[in-house]
Order: sequence, then structure tokens, then C-alpha cells
Amino acid sequence: MAIALSIKNLEKTYDTGFQALKGIDLEVEQGDFFALLGPNGAGKSTTIGIICSLVNKSSGTVEIFGQDIDKNFSLAKKDLGVVPQEFNFSMFEKVIDIVATQAGFYGLTRSQALERSEHYLKKLGLWDKRNEKARFLSGGMKRRLMIVRALVHEPRLLILDEPTAGVDIELRRSMWEFMQEINDAGPTIILTTHYLEEAESLCRNIAIIDQGKIVKNTDMRSLLTQLSAETFILDTRNELEKAPVLENYSVKQIDSKCFEVEVEKDQNINNIFEQLNQKGIDIVSMRNKVNRLEELFVSLVENTSVSEKEDVKDGVSV
Amino acid sequence: MSWREKWIAFNTILSREIRRYMRIWLQTLLPPAITTGLYFVIFGNLIGSRIGEMGGFDYMEYIVPGLIMMAVITNSYANVVASFYNTKFQRHIEEMLVSPLPNYIILVGYILGGVSRGIIVGIIVTIMSLFFTDLSVDNIPITITVVFLTAILFSIFGFINAVFANSFDDISIVPTFILTPLTYLGGVFYSINMLPDFWRSVSMANPILYMVNTFRYGILGVSDINVTWAFIAIIVFIVGFFMFALHLLNSGRGIRS
Repeated sequence: MAIALSIKNLEKTYDTGFQALKGIDLEVEQGDFFALLGPNGAGKSTTIGIICSLVNKSSGTVEIFGQDIDKNFSLAKKDLGVVPQEFNFSMFEKVIDIVATQAGFYGLTRSQALERSEHYLKKLGLWDKRNEKARFLSGGMKRRLMIVRALVHEPRLLILDEPTAGVDIELRRSMWEFMQEINDAGPTIILTTHYLEEAESLCRNIAIIDQGKIVKNTDMRSLLTQLSAETFILDTRNELEKAPVLENYSVKQIDSKCFEVEVEKDQNINNIFEQLNQKGIDIVSMRNKVNRLEELFVSLVENTSVSEKEDVKDGVSV
Repeated sequence: MSWREKWIAFNTILSREIRRYMRIWLQTLLPPAITTGLYFVIFGNLIGSRIGEMGGFDYMEYIVPGLIMMAVITNSYANVVASFYNTKFQRHIEEMLVSPLPNYIILVGYILGGVSRGIIVGIIVTIMSLFFTDLSVDNIPITITVVFLTAILFSIFGFINAVFANSFDDISIVPTFILTPLTYLGGVFYSINMLPDFWRSVSMANPILYMVNTFRYGILGVSDINVTWAFIAIIVFIVGFFMFALHLLNSGRGIRS
């Protein structure tokens, strides 16, 4: 499988002396739907900024489909599309002009640009707004406009930096479907998001970045199997005075009609229901306490913070 | 990118620039016409009739080339500084930075955007001047070339100012404290031969004097300075400042962290 993005020993130290990236290595395969996650200030945006030439790197190499962004700048950039976190289009221009102008920057003729603009604006439900000035669009529409703009030159690698931030649930779901559709058609997608549910349902592979280092880089399935325990919340039909005692399970009462059960990786859920049946307790609904990926994410990021603190305590330069 | 793609990309930047100042023509094209019209009425008609001849011409005839050149200089400069700073401020410069556009195409696109506005305003002011005086052009190639080169040079200055600017205040400092005084002292309204020797020598250090006089030479056939040297100076300035602007863009000064 070809490599869509290859990052080697990427470092970035800002003028202030802050080291945002401490030697990152990352490979994303062609056709992948890849999640790049990390807490705020972890180095995600710096990494994306360097890939897109918005940030100057201190050292290291970045290749897009084998083309070095320093040596073969134009070839590398032709295959790249970016949806940034913040709105970065002229608020005074018309929607159609913003999209067609972007196509022009990639060398598409005006007629090709207008044809593609029409296609993608229709696809993302913005065709009716084509003659509106961008500042009159709603927040969700502005986000979709940035997606259209990133797609108009039909890149092979698409970076989506929190594309659904501030978008309502219904629209977010339709955008997920659209992103999946894009990925199914061939382009590789790298997604950063704070909605871990989004990453879990869309992405096949994942890297977690924290304090300028990659702390995990694996496929989503293997990562999720690393969860040692999951917590389920169960709602009962009748009120309970106290949490039921379940053999081999840790149970905690939340309120009179609700309690949580921790299930270890080697345990099963059937056994919980057998014990509850014997006790005559009716369960009406059941759900995860938190998103599974969220649980792992928090534990990985917490681990990094602890080891960083220990390094500092031991006098190791970090 | 192939040369064809680069050509399309360049045209995209240029047409966006033209679209921008045409969209706000009330702020970009109309004010210079009104201001210069007032100059013609006040300095040309009312005061000029009492001044008499200058350099062998009516005062009105004498100041027309200078006023046209002043409009070209201020508008080519203002277009690029405002447009490029806005692009930075609204962050849509990122649209170009993420694309495969080479930096020199971005630079040339913005410069020619400024040149186009400078020339359009120059034409508007020239048409205005026809209401006040008869205008004949003594040397068409020199006239056209010097306008074009001057507009290029001041568009480059505007670009450099925009790169260094960190606020809207920064884009008005250069026009207010450098460009306007140099333009007024650059022989727009008078011949430097009227000045005492010392101030005449000081005036020779003003680059705008060379452009105004070369343009005046093209239209009236008279100049206070050597036209050949003026052309050489303008071209050297263009090459030097173009390279400097390109270096700023390549290094990411003010646009990349």
C-alpha cells in the first residue's frame, strides 16, 4: 500500500522557545481514514500547519505521496486539501467566488472551476447560497463551505481539522456520512476532532499526540481492545433501596433507579443479567458510561503527563 | 505546476484583486477623482491663474503630470498594502499558502493588482484634467513606461509594508509620514529650479522627484532631471525591492509562524 503521508523526526520550536513538536514520526497509508487526536496544545495544529506550509518546521521531513514538501513543493501540495479549524476565507466574497478562486490557485480553468464548484456546493447543500456573501452564512454553512473549498481541486489527501466543531447533531451526522463517502471514493483522510465518538465511528487508524510526542499510533480496533474495563450504566424499572450485590462485579448506585457496573475485559455481560434476573430486578435500558475511546484517550494522556512530571523530578531535560 | 497552470493561478489572483477594488469603487476609484478635481480647481484655476507660467507652461498644464503621477503612486501603493494586509488579517492568505502556488506568482499577482488600480485611477485623473486644460503627450512610450514602472515600484512598497504591518495603524504610517511628504516635495506643484541650491540638492535625494519629472518629460517635454538616470534608478529600485519582497515571502515573515 502506498504511503499518503510520511513524517520523519519532525520538530518545531517557536521563537518564544516553546518546543511544540519533539521529533514526530508518522505514516498514513493511502486510502486510510486516520484520526490524529490529542488534548489542546498537544501539537496537532502545529503538525497540520507544517504539512500545509502554514508553519515553518525546525527540522525533519514531510512527504505527501512520496513528494517532499521542501524539494517538490508544487507536486506535494497538489495532492493536499485542508479544512482548517478556524474560518479563513474572505467574509466579503461570494460563496461561488471563494470556491472557484481556490480552484484557480491549483491551475483549474474558470469553466472547470465553476463546474467543480457547482458539483461540490450542491453535494454539501450550499448551491442555493452561491451568490451570498460568506459573512451571511450560518456557522454550519461556513464549515461546509470550507469543506467544499478543500475538495474543489479533488485532492488525494484531505486533512480535516475539527470539521464538525460547532455543528448541530443532525448536520454532524450528515457530514460524517459525506466524509465516509469521500473516503470510500479513494482519498485518504486525516481527521482531528474533539468528538471521540466521531473518530471511533469513522477512523480505522489512530495516533494520539501529547506534549509534542506521539504517545500511541495503532489501529482503532487494537486500541479499543486495550481497555481493561468498561463501565455500563443500567436503568431499572422499579426503585432500589441500595445497589444490588453482583458476584465478581463492582457495582455502584447512582440513584434509586440507576446503578453502574464495571466489567473487566475477561468478564461477560450475560452473567450480570442472570444475577439480576435471579434477584427479580428489571432492567429497562443500558449504556456505556463514557465513550470507549474517550476512556483510553484520557488514560493515555494522563500517563504522559505523569511520566513528564517524573522526568522533570529526576532532572531529565524535557 | 505547469506554466499554463501558473498563468491561470496568476490570473486568478489578479482578477480577485480587480474584483475587490471594483466592488468598493466608492472607496477606491471615486475619492482620487474628487481629490484631484479639487486640486485642479484650487491650485490650477484659482491660485494657478495668479502664479503665471512655470517651466514655460501654464501653471495648470505644469501640475497636471504631477497630479496624475501622485494619484498613480498613492493608489498602487494603497491597493496592495490594504489588500495584502486584509488577506493576512482575515487569514485567507492561507488559501494561497496551502496551494501549490509559487511565492513569486503570489507577489506578481498582487503587484499587478496594484498596478491595474494605479493605472485606472491615472486614466480617471487624466480624463478629469481634460476639463481644465488641453493635454497633449510629447513622448508616448516614455509616458506609458514611466507610469507602468512607477506603479510597479509603489505596489512593491505596498506589499513590503503589508508584510511588516501588525495592525491597521501600521498600514497608514508609511503613506502619512513618508509617501505624502515625499510626493508633495517631489516637484508635483513646483519646479525644483525655483529652490535655493541647498534645498535643490536635498530634493535630488527624493525618488519621487525622478518619477514625476520623467512623466512630465513624457507629456510636456521638460524635466528638472536627467530622464535616462531616472529610468535606471527606477529599474534598479524595482529589481532590488522585488527581490526583498520575495525574500520576505519565502521566509514567511509575518505570514508563517
